[in-house]
Amino acid sequence: MPQDSIVEIRNVSFAYDAAQPVLRDINMAIPRGSVVGIMGQSGCGKTTLLRIIMGALRPSAGSAQVLGADTAKLDTAALYAQRRRMGMLFQFGALFTDLSVYENVAFPLREHTTLPEDLIRDLVMLKLNAVGLRGAAALMPTALSGGMARRVALARSVALDPQLILYDEPFTGLDPISFGVITRLIRQLNDSLGATSLIVTHDVQEALGVVDYVYFMAAGRVIAQGTPAEIRASAEPFVNQFVNGKRDGPVPFHYPAPGYAADLAVGTA
Amino acid sequence: MLAAGLRAQLERLGGVVTSTIWRLGYASRFLAYLVLHSGTALRRFRLTIAEIYFAGVLSLVIILVSGLFVGMVLSLQGYETLQRFGASESLGVLVALSLVRELGPVVAGLLFASRAGSAITAEIGLMKATEQLAAMEMMAVDPVARVVAPRFWGGVISMPLLAALFSASGIFGGYLIGVQLIGVDAGAFWSQMQAAVDWSNDIMNGVIKSVVFGVAVTWIAVFEGFDAPPTAEGVSRATTRTVVTSSLAILALDFILTALMFTGGSR
Repeated sequence: MPQDSIVEIRNVSFAYDAAQPVLRDINMAIPRGSVVGIMGQSGCGKTTLLRIIMGALRPSAGSAQVLGADTAKLDTAALYAQRRRMGMLFQFGALFTDLSVYENVAFPLREHTTLPEDLIRDLVMLKLNAVGLRGAAALMPTALSGGMARRVALARSVALDPQLILYDEPFTGLDPISFGVITRLIRQLNDSLGATSLIVTHDVQEALGVVDYVYFMAAGRVIAQGTPAEIRASAEPFVNQFVNGKRDGPVPFHYPAPGYAADLAVGTA
Repeated sequence: MLAAGLRAQLERLGGVVTSTIWRLGYASRFLAYLVLHSGTALRRFRLTIAEIYFAGVLSLVIILVSGLFVGMVLSLQGYETLQRFGASESLGVLVALSLVRELGPVVAGLLFASRAGSAITAEIGLMKATEQLAAMEMMAVDPVARVVAPRFWGGVISMPLLAALFSASGIFGGYLIGVQLIGVDAGAFWSQMQAAVDWSNDIMNGVIKSVVFGVAVTWIAVFEGFDAPPTAEGVSRATTRTVVTSSLAILALDFILTALMFTGGSR
């Protein structure tokens, strides 16, 4: 694995219940400066993996090295210190509804620094300008559209200039314009901050346009990996079904059920 | 067959008892953690003052109006009984003692539970459901210290003040009906009240009750909110539980405290 990986997952397995492992023997390396996607169907274990990287869960086996530290070995104080170097964008933004847009972005600065108010103001305006919402600083989150809320949350998650930015389903429920804005911002922020980004998503087509490298997960395993071009060309049946959105394939259209005739009681009357 | 049914019943009963005790222990640990992590709420007192505004100041209207009506009813009912014994001039004493010792803390506590307690539970529960608490944790900010503790202390500080205002408003209501409407002598009304209401036995005992109720209601409210399943149904159930549990807790604690404070009139 390359030396300058920001995240290194080695042989990670995880299970809430030993009989049903959620993750099985995952290996990943996320090089500094890249934008990497973890894709797969809902329930394939990608959110669990994200929680392990965040340090919210500990792997049952293997290790997760994030920003040079084994997350499982950190105590709460060290984990919190680590998280100040990370930013996270939640699925629907998770803005604090009782604070204005300005105060939302200022929140991490106020909590973790003792900067004077005018400097905080400059930093907040800088971040809001980067996502194009300087003019919305005084609005409350309830007055924002879904795409705008996501952009404010993005400004908030990069307020402390993180080294690693995590995205949990950043494209869900966005209109095409907002979606275009968000994908461009992910790339721009990553490159201008010199950060590394990890996108967990099932919106494959959208994500393939922005990432440098993709890990494809199914049933708790990495089943394919490569550059977007390699993934698009993949012959792996599951990847093929997923990328092309085919109705039937390794993932059947029908939920397992007894015979149709039996359920309709054909021939019993 | 009967034995199996009995066994199932016993198992269910045992399950309910152990899960209730487990939950009580969990809530106690939560309270201990909350108190130990109250540094932020006390150091940055502006956070707590904002919660005193939401829990206390915004409850003022319901507290003052309810107090006024309770005092007016006490006055009407009290006068009817007292005048039969020719003791109608003691009306002020009856109104003041009932309010300060019992009705002030209890009724203000019940109103506080349904007005502020339910709001605290719903707010914390919704913050959890919309991942705001998780986002805070990802920003290396402890949600218990930043969100829960200020609400807890805001409630604990507000409740005794609300109970005192409830009693004051009630006494004024009693005065309006007793003196202004029925015509009890104003001098007797106030002077008998002043002579009969004791600082430590009446006022302080009432204050102790309101502090205890404040801690109980706010503890239940923040715990239910923080522990709520992050769904619409989970938050709505937690809000209901807050009102029901804290109302029962107030009435049960009131009995215990009154029993402990009871002097049998031998002071």
